[in-house]
Amino acid sequence: MDSVTLIGMGSAISAGLTIGIGAIGPAIGEGRAVAQGLASIAQQPDETSTITRTLFVGLAMIESTAIYAFVVSMILLFANPFWNWAVENAGG
Amino acid sequence: MDWMSLQDISPDQVVFWQWGWVKINATIVFTWIVMAFMVIGSWIITRRLTSETRISRWQNLLEILVKGMWKEITEISEQESHSHLYFVGTLFLFILVSNLLLLVPGYIAPTASLSTTAALALCVFISVPVYGIMSRGFWGYLKQYVQPTVFMLPFNVMGELSRTLALAVRLFGNIMSGMKIAAILLALVPLIFPVVMHALGLLTGVIQAYIFAVLAMVYISSASRAREERERETGESKRI
Repeated sequence: MDSVTLIGMGSAISAGLTIGIGAIGPAIGEGRAVAQGLASIAQQPDETSTITRTLFVGLAMIESTAIYAFVVSMILLFANPFWNWAVENAGG
Repeated sequence: MDWMSLQDISPDQVVFWQWGWVKINATIVFTWIVMAFMVIGSWIITRRLTSETRISRWQNLLEILVKGMWKEITEISEQESHSHLYFVGTLFLFILVSNLLLLVPGYIAPTASLSTTAALALCVFISVPVYGIMSRGFWGYLKQYVQPTVFMLPFNVMGELSRTLALAVRLFGNIMSGMKIAAILLALVPLIFPVVMHALGLLTGVIQAYIFAVLAMVYISSASRAREERERETGESKRI
């Protein structure tokens, strides 16, 4: 198997693994955050706006890790420097 | 989505016109379109400002926006500072409009390019010391970095740099992923699903604009707040 095939195979497999495994942690974290937020709203309904705002900010912070994994996966698929280098030097 | 193919990851790669090293790419064109839309729109609306009871609906819209931003900013910073509103409000409005204009077909959001989001995050990174020094003085601001102990200095600096990077990548990743998913679904199942993903992309755009502005406000106020608290503490201890 030559290097171009290996690089393509490695990029595709790791792109899938990156986003697949990378989305597990944030999803679990967001579920727990929303559950806690709902419990707080049930305990103190007049503070709903503050709780909701803090909840959204917290969710965005947790979401960031999933976004990092997604960006790495996109780079592997669309803007892969190793693939570009291999394709350029594949003529020989 | 006519200008960007499925292979392009960022509007920077779509070059309309090039002369030497000056490249007019899609990011620049759409940034100027967003800026023209905001400036011309608000100029037209505020040409006849009135403070009577019956105001036009567009002036009402602008008042709701400004009032809402003012309320959020004063709640976070616990002080009434107009300069915070100008900076953070501009950030919020620019990101909001550039994400909401995704409704228009053939439009590419300038925030889907890492250049735009990195520039916005750099603005926040520079503004935090500026506001901090304006409210606490030069040494007061620098003393914050060695705050619990002097060994925390590298961690504080690293934290500052990494949260700026996180701001840029968070906004870029959210908007770029929304556009990419809509484009891929359009190629696969063009009937109903692209509309649903497009709606989700609009919702994410609005939430990300809010998050960006709120985080910028939190960083600025955390760098410039503790002086009033310390004055309150020392005032109380003097009374004792």
